[in-house]
Amino acid sequence: MNLFVLLKMVPDTVEELNVAPDSPALDAEFLRFKLSDPGEQALEQALLLKEKHGGTVTVVALDAPEVDEVLFTALAKGATRAVKIGGDWNRLQSFAAGQILAAFLKAAGSALSADALVLLRSQAIDDLEGEIGPYLAEELGVPYAGVVTGVTVTGNSMSIIKEFAGGLRGEFTLPLPAVLGIQSAEKPPRYVPIAKVRAALKSAKIETVDVAPPARLARFALERMYKPEAGGRAQMLEGSPEAVADKLVEVLVQQGLI
Amino acid sequence: MSDAILVLAEHLRGEISEITYAMLGAGRNLAKALNAPLYAVLLGSDLAPLAARLGAADKVFLVENPQLNLASAGTAAALLKELMAQQQVGLVLVGGTNVSMGIGSVLSVRTGLPFVNFCKKISWDGALTCTSQLFGGKILADVKLTDGRGVISIYPGSFPAEAGKSEAAPTTVKLELPVAASTVLFKRYIEPEAGDIDITKQNVLVAVGRGIQSQANVALAEELAQALGGAVCASRPVIDQGWLPLSRQVGKSGMTVKPRLYLALGISGAPEHWEGMQGSQLIIAVNTDPKAPIFDGAHYGVCGDALELVPALAEKIKAKKGAA
Repeated sequence: MNLFVLLKMVPDTVEELNVAPDSPALDAEFLRFKLSDPGEQALEQALLLKEKHGGTVTVVALDAPEVDEVLFTALAKGATRAVKIGGDWNRLQSFAAGQILAAFLKAAGSALSADALVLLRSQAIDDLEGEIGPYLAEELGVPYAGVVTGVTVTGNSMSIIKEFAGGLRGEFTLPLPAVLGIQSAEKPPRYVPIAKVRAALKSAKIETVDVAPPARLARFALERMYKPEAGGRAQMLEGSPEAVADKLVEVLVQQGLI
Repeated sequence: MSDAILVLAEHLRGEISEITYAMLGAGRNLAKALNAPLYAVLLGSDLAPLAARLGAADKVFLVENPQLNLASAGTAAALLKELMAQQQVGLVLVGGTNVSMGIGSVLSVRTGLPFVNFCKKISWDGALTCTSQLFGGKILADVKLTDGRGVISIYPGSFPAEAGKSEAAPTTVKLELPVAASTVLFKRYIEPEAGDIDITKQNVLVAVGRGIQSQANVALAEELAQALGGAVCASRPVIDQGWLPLSRQVGKSGMTVKPRLYLALGISGAPEHWEGMQGSQLIIAVNTDPKAPIFDGAHYGVCGDALELVPALAEKIKAKKGAA
């Protein structure tokens, strides 16, 4: 199969996020970037499909801080080829991102071959214009399915599992080529030892390509970004683990829970 | 009078989804502010009984066609675009749910209107401002739609569903619209996996998140749950790692639970998780990050390492129970 995985870097929300003083954007100074969780799942699903059906996995990412490390890690995990699309994509929203990625895939030619499948995250935590998948599929003129947790390919068609809610899922069929928004892969993302990533750093290469940026990076006016006011804050219990445990037992007794 | 506001009424297996009422409530307020009519549209089959539930809308359009049950984003968007043109619709509200996701983006491409995701508040002051939550609820963003036209994805749990429920019988209009053939076809439902334990029926849940760090540490939570006479459940990252089965997942895609006690260990409280447990009677959260959103909604909070607290807590609960 001709598999493409589009990876997106997002700020690690374990770190504190601050808004830049002069513009509606995050303050870049203290941000640490990581691959979005569903992006990691999309990569794993592609690697599973490659193991089963053969072919190639091309990982593609827009330039962002720490993206090289993520691309080398993908190569160490078994991706065939890594491509970085150069440019300043800080203010980029989903629709324009779809146009850029579609332009790259069309130029790559093979992206629309009969056995091509593009996998990407279903939705990232900062997709203010929505998932990229539907935009990309519209640009490429191929079908799309999102919130996918399983993919079975048979010839030029596939069956996918989509999550609804409350544990209920649905099975759908669609033809290849297609774009899939992956929620989770069929198996947990594989672990790759640091030594293998280092080896990839030495032996493999990231290709850098340029794609002309679209005229508009966003289709709406982003006025302001800010931190939410704390809601009804929890009553915080403080002290050593022992002391906190005592206080919690007291609460549980009061509530008739023990 | 302004262009109409249209709600894409979501339904699943013969039931109107809760998000539909939330959208109708939000739409009702907006319709008043803009002096615009509020419409709802139902796509699928056997729609009449569903339409009867949508009395909060001024008019409900029905497009009956079995192919429209769980229709692809492309098929649904094509119909909505047609309806928008026919009925002078300027603003469309869609559910930010797994069922409806994708439809709004495709509609925005086909109509050239902007699409705003994760919306939890809408206000009107001559222009429309949508407030959306980003980065798991840690940041809010205000997006302006200057002419009030666009497609907005409503975040579940952000608008009260009660405001969109009405006993009134709505005016219904059946529409014959051409349905584009889709290559994405719905085959069957897959029922929730029956787990060893039904977490929706537990009085006490000990929930573990990313902060639990390893599969081995899940055993600590199990011990605490046992001491409390409850069960262990988890947020998405733990399930995705394969540390607990899918039947234990709480949140947007997983189960909705309302236990008497929800003890969240190492869970930041991302909106997707909050959606599934906000109805719990008593929420106690333990997290190392003092700014974790879970502390905004929990009743009691502990800023610290769950792995240090849990063994001590389990021992003390056992001792208390033994003494009682």
